[in-house]
Amino acid sequence: MTATQDRPAAEIGKDRRRKEDQRLITGRTRWTDNITLPGMLHLAMVRSPFAHANITSIDTEAAKASPNVVAVLSGKDFGEELGACINAWPITPDQKTPAHSPMPADRVAFAGEIVAVVVARTAAEARDAAELVDVEYDELPAVVGIKNALKDEVLAHPDLGTNKSALWVFDSGEAGTGTDAEAAITEARANGIVIEREYRQQRLIPAFMEPRSVVVDPTSEQMTMWSATQIPHILRFALAATTGVPESKIRVIAPDVGGGFGGKLQATPEEWIAWAVARRLAKPVKYTETRSESLMAAHHGRDQVQTLTLAADKDGKVTGLKVHLDADLGSYVAIVGGGVPVLGAFMFNAIYKFPAYRFECQTVLTNTTFTDAYRGAGRPEATYAIERLMDELAAEVGVDPLEIRERNWITHEEFPFTTVAGLEYDTGNYEAATAKAKASFGYDELRREQAERRERGDRVQLGIGVSTFTEMCGLAPSRVLGSLDYGAGGWESASVRLTPLGKVEVVTGASAHGQGHETAFSQIVADRLGVPFEDVEVLHGDTQVAPKGLDTYGSRSLVVGGEALVKAVDKVIDKAKVLAAHLLEANADDLDYADGRFTVRGTDQGKAIQELATATFAGHDYPEGMELSLDADATYDPVNFNYPHGTHLCAMEVDTETGAVKMRKYTCCDDIGTIINPLIVAGQVHGGLVQGIAQALWEEAVHDEAGTLVSGSFVDYLLPTSADTISFDVVHTDEPSICTTNTLGTKGVGEAGTIASTPAVVNAVVDAVRHLGVNDVQMPCTPERVWRAIHANDGDAPTPADAMPHFQEGSLNQDEGAGA
Amino acid sequence: MTKIELTVDGAAVSDDVEPRMLLVQYLREKLGKTGTVIGCDTSNCGACTVHLDGTSVKSCNVLAVQASGRTVTTIEGLADTAEGDLHPVQEAFRECHGLQCGFCTPGMVMQAVDLLGENPNPTEEEVRLGMEGNLCRCTGYHNIVKSVLHAAETQGAKA
Repeated sequence: MTATQDRPAAEIGKDRRRKEDQRLITGRTRWTDNITLPGMLHLAMVRSPFAHANITSIDTEAAKASPNVVAVLSGKDFGEELGACINAWPITPDQKTPAHSPMPADRVAFAGEIVAVVVARTAAEARDAAELVDVEYDELPAVVGIKNALKDEVLAHPDLGTNKSALWVFDSGEAGTGTDAEAAITEARANGIVIEREYRQQRLIPAFMEPRSVVVDPTSEQMTMWSATQIPHILRFALAATTGVPESKIRVIAPDVGGGFGGKLQATPEEWIAWAVARRLAKPVKYTETRSESLMAAHHGRDQVQTLTLAADKDGKVTGLKVHLDADLGSYVAIVGGGVPVLGAFMFNAIYKFPAYRFECQTVLTNTTFTDAYRGAGRPEATYAIERLMDELAAEVGVDPLEIRERNWITHEEFPFTTVAGLEYDTGNYEAATAKAKASFGYDELRREQAERRERGDRVQLGIGVSTFTEMCGLAPSRVLGSLDYGAGGWESASVRLTPLGKVEVVTGASAHGQGHETAFSQIVADRLGVPFEDVEVLHGDTQVAPKGLDTYGSRSLVVGGEALVKAVDKVIDKAKVLAAHLLEANADDLDYADGRFTVRGTDQGKAIQELATATFAGHDYPEGMELSLDADATYDPVNFNYPHGTHLCAMEVDTETGAVKMRKYTCCDDIGTIINPLIVAGQVHGGLVQGIAQALWEEAVHDEAGTLVSGSFVDYLLPTSADTISFDVVHTDEPSICTTNTLGTKGVGEAGTIASTPAVVNAVVDAVRHLGVNDVQMPCTPERVWRAIHANDGDAPTPADAMPHFQEGSLNQDEGAGA
Repeated sequence: MTKIELTVDGAAVSDDVEPRMLLVQYLREKLGKTGTVIGCDTSNCGACTVHLDGTSVKSCNVLAVQASGRTVTTIEGLADTAEGDLHPVQEAFRECHGLQCGFCTPGMVMQAVDLLGENPNPTEEEVRLGMEGNLCRCTGYHNIVKSVLHAAETQGAKA
């Protein structure tokens, strides 16, 4: 009996416990900061306290004299070898893109920008000496906030002449994917319903738990960088492209990486400076940021003002949507910074059959931390806007929010469906997901309770929020990215190798940082190749081991990287078949392959894949013309995005006297096609939900008028805790809508929870108090904001001026009017 | 420099340290106990949680000199993992998928062990309040809470 016969029938769909966990639960991990090399030096960064200033002088003498300091270097000490932080996605040909040096020599453009680096024998000595670097600045006026930036009165980069970076437009009338949105709005003003709103997507901070860390070792033939990054392959490319070191001389390793959520999808100043210092000193160096540095200088996310116009007929059938976004890039156009809001362009129409659509996105530069991808990247913003608008439309028409959605959504018989934004949705079943979510949530009972509480004027009101979301994920078909002027493709690479004793090494270009690739990819290969789950080893995150890849972001690892694996396995089987036919003295056409074994049809003759691996290693007996290897590489370029969807329902209790909100229940029914590992999927959903809920209720990155980040520690930036959150009700449709554009039928799930949950929560908060005249609460929905919304129209005087103020008038980080 | 002597994960250790050195820095930099990690600089995140004389502490909030003469247990000493043993709480985190990237996990596990030591049969509410000082960005806490409750059940079954 061979080992393969012990294998369970199917790995796909099984709730396998993760292979990754043993080392993580026992503390045997390789975080970048754990790496220590002989002779290694430590870096500390000197950062600008000003958001915008000319650097007039840097005195490093005292720092250089500090104990065990090896060097103190500033921007002017380096030439072109310092390289540049790249923008890989100029969204228009005329985009204004400020030069982004990792360590500018002349002018800083945000508070936290690095102006000098101290190199010392220990991290503590480097930090001590960094305090002694004396930098003189000539402070310049700083521009903070989107609306200020649009005025172009104060410029973030005076040499550009404007804060406006790029205007990106999609119009369904011009593109031929729909009709004219302006005409629809004009018609609705006369004979229908027009909903006009401005929504604010506050700035968020990804706040991965592992602070960023980088180690560079220049002491071998290849220079090696270990980095807490999502994108080792893109880093290698960008280091070569900007620092003059050939790609073949660069090895980048992402060892164990502690979360990313888009926040580690960046070519960072810190990495580039560590690289330059290691080259200069010819010594290994390490830099690990503090949490305060991470919150201040690692990229932020979101930050948009959305101006929205929805046109509908009197029955609530939408006739057109116009979207204008103003998006804050911060101080520089980061690696995909300008492209993030553009990713939302295709998602404002969501699951609906809108005939007309216009989208404009104006990106602006400010003197704040630069922004880029954060979980969902463009799609949460779009989903929030449209799902909030659909609730507003339902209120206007006077029907249940699910009813208004049903009047507008694509029915399951209508797939494949080409949307007004030009995407082809292959499959979906919004009716089924909604029915299942409603049943599991107890929708009708909660609506009854809501009515009862309203009836008796309960102090605590109940609100029910709906979000019927879809998203585009699996970044991305390379040709589509090319048409959007994105600087790379969207393919993924994989290799499958058989060892002499019949184990399987799988190499993937995806680079995990908590997703469980080692487990899920093992399940895919175990099924496809017919080998035991335990015999599959997944190798990743090191450009020397996995030389090709485009890394992990945009819910792409499974749907793109997993397909590359399938292709590689299929090639291995094709190669093995030739050898099997030879050894079995049979015609290849008479062989069947199942459960890891070739059998000759109609006989009991057969060869296991492990036996063929050993025979290939020995090489004693193989057919003429066969290359003596069963190993295979494959590259998969997706033919379409994929479109997971789901119905999320949230019940919130709002205390109308205090404005405090409390989550009562949250149910989601996600349709994500084939599920490889339900345990991992549930984990992705839970984590995604809480990040989206946190945007609705707690998190906001705030810069004051001078451009100083005032939410720069975990005391001020409110990550939710276990005490703030609840357990979730996560279900899936009974018959998932299998993706038709890949072999496994999978759809992405990594970002779904975050994309869906934010509007569900805010819709619930608004729904709880809509009868009190509220139709919006700005995020995060703090008790103060909820209270003010409730009392906005009732004539309640704010706190009298002679009472003890809760907030100082004119103080920072307060809502307009606070403390009045 | 101050001389300290203490027991860490069952081994007697002795070093000269700067008085300002934090316990977490001592564990990581002097002893190579890199299983205990640093996630913040304001004692909010709890990633560095260890046991000091059997009680959970955030080791970024304790000076190394304060640990002199005392006993420290880190995630690496919680069970004889070299022998393949796992503490029931470690086992529960794996069983219930209570971790994703795993960076907060050592602190979560150490805090959960302490919580269950004080309250072997907590309610969900008690677990949520007891784990409040440890931040996680991946799991949304759902499966962490489940893991702690699962550990309570399995420990109870063994007792």
